[in-house]
Amino acid sequence: MKLKESLFTRRKFLNWSLTASLAALFGTAVGPVWRFVFPGEVGPEPTEVELKDFPELLPGTGKLFKFGRHPAIMIRTPDGKLKSFTAVCTHFECTVQYKKDTNQIWCACHNGFYDTNGKVVSGPPPRPLEEYDVAVEKDKIIVSRRGVPKGEKPKEKA
Amino acid sequence: MINLKNWFYERTGIEAILDFLRKKQVPDHKYTFWYYPGSILLILIGVQIITGCLLLLYYKPTIETAYESVSFITKYLPFGSFLRSLHAWSSDLIIAIAFIHMFSTFLLKSYRPPRELIWISGTFLMFILLTFGFSGYLLPWNELSLFATSVGTQIAGSMPIIGKYLLLFLRGGEYISGDTLTRFFALHVIILPLILLALAAVHVLLIQHHGMSVPPSVESSPAKKKDIPFYPDFLLYDAVNGLFVFSGLVILALFLPKELGIKADLLAPAPAGIKPEWYFLFMFETLKLIPSMVLSFEGKQLGVMIFALGAVFLICIPFLDRWSAKNKRSPLFTLIGFGILIYIFVMTAISYLGE
Ligand code: FES
Repeated sequence: MKLKESLFTRRKFLNWSLTASLAALFGTAVGPVWRFVFPGEVGPEPTEVELKDFPELLPGTGKLFKFGRHPAIMIRTPDGKLKSFTAVCTHFECTVQYKKDTNQIWCACHNGFYDTNGKVVSGPPPRPLEEYDVAVEKDKIIVSRRGVPKGEKPKEKA
Repeated sequence: MINLKNWFYERTGIEAILDFLRKKQVPDHKYTFWYYPGSILLILIGVQIITGCLLLLYYKPTIETAYESVSFITKYLPFGSFLRSLHAWSSDLIIAIAFIHMFSTFLLKSYRPPRELIWISGTFLMFILLTFGFSGYLLPWNELSLFATSVGTQIAGSMPIIGKYLLLFLRGGEYISGDTLTRFFALHVIILPLILLALAAVHVLLIQHHGMSVPPSVESSPAKKKDIPFYPDFLLYDAVNGLFVFSGLVILALFLPKELGIKADLLAPAPAGIKPEWYFLFMFETLKLIPSMVLSFEGKQLGVMIFALGAVFLICIPFLDRWSAKNKRSPLFTLIGFGILIYIFVMTAISYLGE
């Protein structure tokens, strides 16, 4: 049977295809814009850094250094041990510092205190600071994240 | 001369606009005072655009040059320090007056139908203004602003679900870096201004469309209210207010110039006493007071969620206040309005006294 009128008029068809094209245009733009705006994969953080010419630390002092993209801290405890932690406070990510008088790691932002094992002593930080392994070699110090299998680490020189 | 005027009028049709303004009436009653903050805001935004454009002639948005260029502006350029102080003080005034504007319209229930969209566009304008302040704070790249930004973006980042993306978007990476500065610069000088102008246009056009809101107590007894012409009467008030506020601004900028502080160093520990701008202090203080763990939530996440819900609540007020919508008294929402106001005051005071 042949209908006298078309069920789908030309006008309807044109309206529909114009809307669909516009939707497709904006739809395809979303992905690229999103990926452009979010930096996304900048590569994983290194799990190990080599520090050359790192200054000799006296007992009871600390110094910040760069671990990949974030700051980390190296301290020498009063009894002479070399220890390293991330310097990013677990509260709101301020950079911490070593406080000699109390032998603690201190975040000045909201008065968070950690002991020299990275544990929270007082203040608002919810979690301890991640501690790194420190290996002293002849002319360099190697700082590495714990619990990451050796050998396949992306290295970074500093 | 006359011919030139006619020539111009004929070609622009401006006569119609002037005519319209002459016929436009504005309500006048005992709360008329609360109509002024809105126009003062427009004037101050004008000040920001002009001073901002001037600062932009010298400012260089990279971590190597930002601090130096601001320091150059303030130390060596004629009127440089004054100009920068004007811009900074004006931003403080804008936020303060925007708060006044928001709470006065809240308490006078100006959001009653059909003005819901005016209120909603207004709350979004408020958020935009706060983002302006937040992004502008980082641009001089000094120590205090660096860590305030670090904390601020981290707070935004603790939001459930969208937090992660918000943090990446704001910082341009996991940590604050030169990319963050570039982003904040782009936001501050082009993205936010465009949004602000568009939203402000919507806000003002809607007010034009509906006329200014008259509080229910006045509306119920017409004897308490008369109308005055917008042009010239109301505009003259606006001009006088504008002059007063601008003189105040000049005095502030002259006698209390803004300090630049110490240059930010990404590899330096946070200094003691980092603080956001005064208008974020009440949130900052709240987050400090919440214990680090509440049940199984991290305290900061809880705090951020409360503020996010607060923002949603603010937007939805016109739909929640059923009493005002029916032109009845709405003591509950008056109470809520004062409650929020008192909370902000007390928290800000605690933050100042706690130093
Ligand atoms: S950011 Fe370290 S205590 Fe808050």
